[in-house]
Amino acid sequence: MNLYKYASPVNFYPLAGKIIPWFAIPAALLFAAGLYVGFFVAPTDAQQGDVYRIMFIHVPAAWMGMFLYVMMAIYAGIGWAFNARLSSMMATSISVTGASFTFLSLVTGAFWGKPTWGTWWVWDARMTSTLILLFLYVGFISLQASIDDPRRADRAGAVLALVGVINVPIIYYSVQWWNTLHQGATIRILNKPTIAPKMLAAMLIMLAACWLYSVAVVLVRLRYIIVEREQNAARFAEVVA
Amino acid sequence: MLRWIVWRDLILAWRRRADVLSTLFFFVIVVSLFPLGIGPETQLLRTIAPGVVWVAALLASMLSLGRLFANDYQDGTLEQLLLTPQPLYLIVLGKVLAQWLVAEIPLVLIAPLIGVQFDLSRETLLVLFVTLLLGTPVLSLIGSIGAALTLGLRGSGVLISLLVLPLYIPVLIFGAGAVDASIMGSSPQSNLYLLGAITVLSLTFAPWATSAALRISLE
Amino acid sequence: MLEAINLGCVRGDRRLFEGVNFSLTPGTYLQLQGPNGSGKTSLLRIICGLLTQAEGEVRWQGANIRSLGEDYFTALTYLGHRNGVKDELSALENLRVSNALNGIEINNNKAREVLRKMGIGGRESLPARLLSEGQRRRVALARLAVCNTSVWLLDEVLTSLDRAAIGLVRSLIEEHLSGGGIAIVATHQELGLSGVSLQRLELAT
Repeated sequence: MNLYKYASPVNFYPLAGKIIPWFAIPAALLFAAGLYVGFFVAPTDAQQGDVYRIMFIHVPAAWMGMFLYVMMAIYAGIGWAFNARLSSMMATSISVTGASFTFLSLVTGAFWGKPTWGTWWVWDARMTSTLILLFLYVGFISLQASIDDPRRADRAGAVLALVGVINVPIIYYSVQWWNTLHQGATIRILNKPTIAPKMLAAMLIMLAACWLYSVAVVLVRLRYIIVEREQNAARFAEVVA
Repeated sequence: MLRWIVWRDLILAWRRRADVLSTLFFFVIVVSLFPLGIGPETQLLRTIAPGVVWVAALLASMLSLGRLFANDYQDGTLEQLLLTPQPLYLIVLGKVLAQWLVAEIPLVLIAPLIGVQFDLSRETLLVLFVTLLLGTPVLSLIGSIGAALTLGLRGSGVLISLLVLPLYIPVLIFGAGAVDASIMGSSPQSNLYLLGAITVLSLTFAPWATSAALRISLE
Repeated sequence: MLEAINLGCVRGDRRLFEGVNFSLTPGTYLQLQGPNGSGKTSLLRIICGLLTQAEGEVRWQGANIRSLGEDYFTALTYLGHRNGVKDELSALENLRVSNALNGIEINNNKAREVLRKMGIGGRESLPARLLSEGQRRRVALARLAVCNTSVWLLDEVLTSLDRAAIGLVRSLIEEHLSGGGIAIVATHQELGLSGVSLQRLELAT
């Protein structure tokens, strides 16, 4: 089987369509399972009561936000280095999902913070780093949105994403530093006492669900992007109904 | 060959002095706005001074970044620069150096004067000066990446800020942190070392990223 | 020898041209013709290396220009639509800087002489923004009198030039070609060169 033909966006389009249900359905099932375990099976936390359960959305969302940024940078980099349009389109598609998860993690963090610490926002290291990550996503999306020529948008995005990905550890470290300096005014949200096995299970199920969901939704968006950009490609009319 | 590009940009900046001076005044005005917005209580001002001066420096730098490549792009000299036998890395370095001398050094020099408005001690003013001296090259270097990526785009002024300000955060943290340490009476050394490390890293990698971005924007 | 092999160009989602081939030996003049928007500028920029082609390759002395890096630029001079002349610098300063960056240092006297030949005598110390469009174009073209590159790529440089200036350009190009140089010129006007090996490339939409 010649796999290289799938590097062409038009050829990949139907393949993506076939793959999506294999991720979307398990994602839905795992979401249901994870929420069930998280809200009904996992024990009540000794310190935080039941409010902590929002962690089952907050933590996987934060992890996905970070993971997807790296994936976005990798796809963008490959698209740039090998002049592979499909890879760049993947990066563009991932950016929106990654930004959404990051935003979700900030919002759920706020909902957790209010009952627990009394304020909607706390400047701890993790939340601050997540906020900065959201800024990085917004920068990438805005840059691509402002450039009319799609290939220039792809390549410019790649440079920005790669610069961003190298900076993320530096930013994270500097925020940690800043946070420890100003410790008096802040409180650590993710206090990690021993985590009960059922809580861990729920978290991992939700993480897997988020990952499956991401693949499905990124592929759906990718198909829209392909339709938008490949109007003049060979075989477009016959492959894309 | 570096000297030709630096000389050229310095002469051009001199002949358009108004632009340079207006950025400097922007810096001064923004810093002065904070006491007006927050209140003149000395202790409070001393606490906010490092952050305020540094944020104002970041914003003033953003203003001058738009000019780094835009003018050359419009009159066709930028593509000629890409076609010289000089490595683009060096040309970028030359332009960034000129921009730093013209746009950032005035900020560095005037900052201690402004620091006086916030009742900072002499040692703290010295630390402020050093952190800006050490940190402003990073603002120019990383800013050049943003300027190169957004060449010729509508709304590029605001877009540069969106792209570059998140990347400035480590510099802000360590720069303001050093001044803060000095105010608290502790040693600013660790902050300064980290700031210096970022400067060296930017000096090594940023011009390469900017070169790549220039080629992409000029396609 | 400059060769183009099966060059194709796509801008945005428009295919501009494909299958462009040519082979230019020293002393050859290639006239690039075609309606507006047919890709003449894009082709010239592909040959310079500023633009990446969709297919094909450009070879200089048998080597792909991508592999030559900056060395390729020592062999070529490109004058595009925009003059490459800084408004705040004088004609003199512009000429000296643009040549210095390309490795050719000329002193004030030599620069003045060249500018006089190009018809800017007496105005060479004024800021370029005080010159007319045609005069600024002459300043840009003055580079051709100084550079000693083998390949000249000129994109619509005759616009805004009067007959005398066009004559100057003609003689510069003739001298360049007889010295073994190559010139690719995109233009709507016939230059009327004599005694040169002439090729034409028509880019049709």
